[in-house]
Amino acid sequence: MSLRLTGAHLQHGNGVHALRGVDLAIAAGERVAIIGPSGAGKSSLLGLLASALQPSAGAVELLGADPWRLKARARQRLRTRIGLIHQAPPLPPRQRVVTAVLAGKLGQWSLGRSLLNLLYPSDIAGAREVLARLDLADKLFAQCQQLSGGQLQRVGIARVLYQAPELLLADEPVSAMDPVLADHTLSVLCRHAETHGATLVASLHAVELALAHFPRIVGVRDGQIAFDRPASEVNQALLDTLYANEQLVSPPLPTVTLNLQIPRC
Amino acid sequence: MLKHPRDPAALPRLLLTLLAVALLWPGIQLAELDLGVLLAADSQSEMGRFVAAFWPPQHDREFLDLLLAATLQTLAIATAGMALALLVAVPAALLASRALSLSAASRGGRPGAFGQALRWPVRGLLIFLRSVPEIVWALLFVRAVGLGPTAGVLAIAITYAGMLGKVYAEIFESVDQRPMHALLQGGSGRLAAFVYGILPNAASELVSYTVYRWECAIRASVVMGFVGAGGLGQQIDLSLRMFAGGEVASMLLTFLLLVLLADGLSRLLRGRLA
Repeated sequence: MSLRLTGAHLQHGNGVHALRGVDLAIAAGERVAIIGPSGAGKSSLLGLLASALQPSAGAVELLGADPWRLKARARQRLRTRIGLIHQAPPLPPRQRVVTAVLAGKLGQWSLGRSLLNLLYPSDIAGAREVLARLDLADKLFAQCQQLSGGQLQRVGIARVLYQAPELLLADEPVSAMDPVLADHTLSVLCRHAETHGATLVASLHAVELALAHFPRIVGVRDGQIAFDRPASEVNQALLDTLYANEQLVSPPLPTVTLNLQIPRC
Repeated sequence: MLKHPRDPAALPRLLLTLLAVALLWPGIQLAELDLGVLLAADSQSEMGRFVAAFWPPQHDREFLDLLLAATLQTLAIATAGMALALLVAVPAALLASRALSLSAASRGGRPGAFGQALRWPVRGLLIFLRSVPEIVWALLFVRAVGLGPTAGVLAIAITYAGMLGKVYAEIFESVDQRPMHALLQGGSGRLAAFVYGILPNAASELVSYTVYRWECAIRASVVMGFVGAGGLGQQIDLSLRMFAGGEVASMLLTFLLLVLLADGLSRLLRGRLA
């Protein structure tokens, strides 16, 4: 079993209950898409799976260990085997793309190698190879602040591909890309997961992308799991209930949203 | 008619302004500030005579040689003092800054209680180092190591270590923490995550503050010259005692040049990093 949540509860510092009693088990090598309306708890769920957030109640088991029972050092070692792709990639504006990508392996490198890598990039070929897969090889030595939102998202993806984790998590990885690019990028992610035998869990706004690329779909609503089915069994009635909104007259069409706020870098 | 809600921040702002004024007034009273003295006729003529002696600035060959030597000594005191201060300030800032907290990365930016408790002694050390003015340290070291630049270097090193350490720690905390947190969540060590996640954002601010402090160190080394710690200050002290206004004027012009130099250097470095 690659990961397992048992009765996981998450309350943020501001008192909001983001997740209420989530049970989820995902086997090694599975590919799962998480869908649901805005504010349903998709990002919080991925935060729990990435060991970035500690559950307020319930248990988390990742790659055979409970990260919150481990000592800090062992937890950092566990985290090197988990990669999280952020919706708005947190990259310093003046950092160069090559450095941002190579930073994916910081957890596996010694401090000495990490520092030397700042003076001269130690694996230009490796960084170029992952960027080329995302059609971004020409930006190798550009600064992050010179890139567009969609290009930045791909740099964030390239970093995690370079990290090559066993558990690959993605929070809205293609939200700032056009539909064609989004489709291509998701197939790159899926292919990477398949060839490396990695588990892939991604949250997506675009339902059709989720159905096209992922064999298993988990619907999240109000911090709970609404349904958990193979993609072939997901029908319009399920989606209508998932996205139903009491305040809006018509349910919002789940499409690729391009107007997401991407910070300066 | 629709009644608009009142801005909820208006009342607290008004009260804070009133409080600030109420605190400032007794402050002026306590400081015995009386601007009327400046306008009194006898103090004006006194100041006028003092300033009139400044013209023309002294510029004969022998004095300029002396001035150059004293300026170089001042620069050397300031630079050596800063270098020693950095040796203490950088590790102390890393220890004292909440930005390097590992637990903050998984707690929405709030560091754990245990880590905070460990940061306090370092903060206390930095407070102690900078709470004693450098002139007092200089007086102390003049007694310990004798008259000369060494006392000035040590005094600057100690006080500035405290100031640099505190401000560095706060600069680390003031930049975007998400890049560092993302790296920590990817299993990276603290120092590596700091260098890749915080330093690129903080670099220009750090350089700007460091060059500004170097400029302050130049001024401080001059003040300490008055108590016998060498450099331009000692020369000014001598010239003032001999009522050589022209010499004082030349040295003040030298200061102006030094500060201009520091300003230009800061601009150049920030331009490179922006």
